[in-house]
Amino acid sequence: MRIGLFVTCLTDTLFPDTGKAVVTVLERLGHRVEFPAGQACCGQMHFNTGYRREATPMARGFVAAFGGYQAVVTPSASCASMVREYYPALAAEAGDESLARAVAQIAPRTYELSVLLADVLGVTDVGAYFPHRVTYHPSCHSLRMLRVGDAPARLLGAVRGLDLVDLPDAESCCGFGGTFAVKNPDVSAAICADKVAAIRQTGAEVVCAADNSCLMHIGGALTRQRSGVATMHLAEILARTEDTP
Amino acid sequence: MTPPEQAGPHPGMPTYLGMPSFPVAAKTAVADSQLRRNLAHATHTIRVKRAGAVGELADWQELRAAAKAIKDHTLAHLDTYLVRLEQNVTKAGGHVHWAQDAAEANAIVAGLVRAAGADRVVKVKSMATQETGLNEALAADGIGALETDLAELIVQLGHDLPSHILVPAIHKNRAEIREIFLREMPDAPPDLTDDPRMLAAAARAHLRQAFLSAQVGVSGANFAIAETGSLVVVESEGNGRMCVTLPQTLISVVGIEKILPTWRDLEVFLALLPRSSTAERMNPYTSIWTGVTPGDGPADFHLVLLDNGRTTALADQIGRQALRCIRCSACLNVCPVYERTGGHAYGSPYPGPIGAIISPQLRGISSPVDASLPFASTLCGACYEVCPVAINIPEALVYLRGKVVDAKREKHFSPERTVFHASGLVLRSPALLAAAQRAAAVGGRLVARSGRIRRLPPPLSGWTDTRDAPAPPPESFRAWWARTRGSQPRGSRPRRSRR
Repeated sequence: MRIGLFVTCLTDTLFPDTGKAVVTVLERLGHRVEFPAGQACCGQMHFNTGYRREATPMARGFVAAFGGYQAVVTPSASCASMVREYYPALAAEAGDESLARAVAQIAPRTYELSVLLADVLGVTDVGAYFPHRVTYHPSCHSLRMLRVGDAPARLLGAVRGLDLVDLPDAESCCGFGGTFAVKNPDVSAAICADKVAAIRQTGAEVVCAADNSCLMHIGGALTRQRSGVATMHLAEILARTEDTP
Repeated sequence: MTPPEQAGPHPGMPTYLGMPSFPVAAKTAVADSQLRRNLAHATHTIRVKRAGAVGELADWQELRAAAKAIKDHTLAHLDTYLVRLEQNVTKAGGHVHWAQDAAEANAIVAGLVRAAGADRVVKVKSMATQETGLNEALAADGIGALETDLAELIVQLGHDLPSHILVPAIHKNRAEIREIFLREMPDAPPDLTDDPRMLAAAARAHLRQAFLSAQVGVSGANFAIAETGSLVVVESEGNGRMCVTLPQTLISVVGIEKILPTWRDLEVFLALLPRSSTAERMNPYTSIWTGVTPGDGPADFHLVLLDNGRTTALADQIGRQALRCIRCSACLNVCPVYERTGGHAYGSPYPGPIGAIISPQLRGISSPVDASLPFASTLCGACYEVCPVAINIPEALVYLRGKVVDAKREKHFSPERTVFHASGLVLRSPALLAAAQRAAAVGGRLVARSGRIRRLPPPLSGWTDTRDAPAPPPESFRAWWARTRGSQPRGSRPRRSRR
């Protein structure tokens, strides 16, 4: 399958290794991955902060970049749900019928990585090897907007050597919430403190998620506390093999 | 269309005049370790119990869909059902009054109490009268109002404000409640301990005489059934039953959205409400009355139907779903923000996620607290998932954020708007984004240590006060792709030339 990679602005700018890992995993499975350079940001930050007008041109940019693809993969459940859940509303609000038509085409074919792998391609064993104790934080948008279900857990469960440990109160938010973390820093930090305490309680070496935004938040607290617990995007774990541990 | 902003802050909820914005109030709440412990314990307990009670019903999602459909239908035909309710209440011997706002509702109630020759009332816990600030308004008229719900009594005795829809004193633990009783309740036994049973017994003894001597009772209602003009109060303690049966005069203040067309509709809500709110299969006391019955209960019944901003909310396509709310408070108990701040920071009798979408709609968005409420959420979606009437709270929050931003667009200079305008230009342009990434990589190298940034200037300092920020890597993904696989086409897929 020819797959367009929507790397997301956050991963592009701050976590390029995640993008490389997505390419590695999909190519290992025999797919052709392309990175349309016309892509930028999905507009979620603007949309969710109330700057809906500013988000519309970003939606137009997205559909222009990915219009021709059979499938679009993104290493972010949050950005995938922006495209799938909110782009139709955005197009309707802008009264832009051609955007609405393009969204109707591309939004249903935009998949978060674990959904593309486990549900669309039907693969759970991607040939990964990662001999570490890992706990998984199901990000809110993966859980409650995109409803990825147990796709990430199935993928992690098939990774050789990986010891997956349950995260207490896993389904609770990490307190990131995009601009919430800056507009309500005290509450955000208080929520994060409890998430980090739960992670440390598991004794995991690595906390993993399907969103770098949450991982950036959780990781920021973990390193500030010098906890020794690393954050890794799901894609980066799935990319590891015996040859590249 | 944007509804007109109300002139002053909160004319519809006078008790909450001059509240600070949510982030300011929340900062104090988050720093209160006793409050945090009380809230974490209470919300976690009820959250687990609710999940158990809901899990027992195989058709929960169908019930939820039915409730949503019934409420939506009723709201779409509110004019019809309100008139039908009025006709049937009147036919059953009751009197119906219409109140456009809080002041009108309070004046109607005060007038009725004086007409009954009383100078005090006993009250069932009621969100509508908290909203209108009825107790304060009656006090200004020389009328005493006694709250008879245990938690509401604790709040009243403590000269406090409620912090939860269902459990108004959730922010207090039993040691604190004991102190309030000893300090404020003259008839509290001197050897009172913090044993819950002893605390409840002290409150019961305190309230009993008031019930027996009260001339006037004041209630709200969970539901008003249009086809017969019947009112329904759902409660746990039995104080509501006494308030609506013992006094000679009963006054019920009810929001116009509480209406249900028929008794059949009520069945759905009686399955949803107790499980969602107290995690019970059925609540202990459900009182239903229709007008007056000679020799049985109050001889004089008055229904005050309250608008207070509801028709403005009803006119809003996205916002109107908040009017489906049945005040169960399931969304409060699962909210990560509410769990850390409690209810007071929301500056309204309606706290938590539902408050964050109801208060700005009922009061407008002109005050600092109302303009900040739609932003008081991480958009985690836990509220929507548990809501028994399927209110998409995250959708409404994001929508109201847009209204707050749009209302400020034509006004004074805003640093935030400048940032979002500029970042909007960068984030829609691959070339500008790539340039910004190159600049960030250089800047990051200057301020980062071991790949982490420990301090950023305001407003980003709110982040780095407690969390490190990642340093931008030397090479972005798109730069890596261009360097290693640069032969691939640029721009959108070249189905046609963009030149």
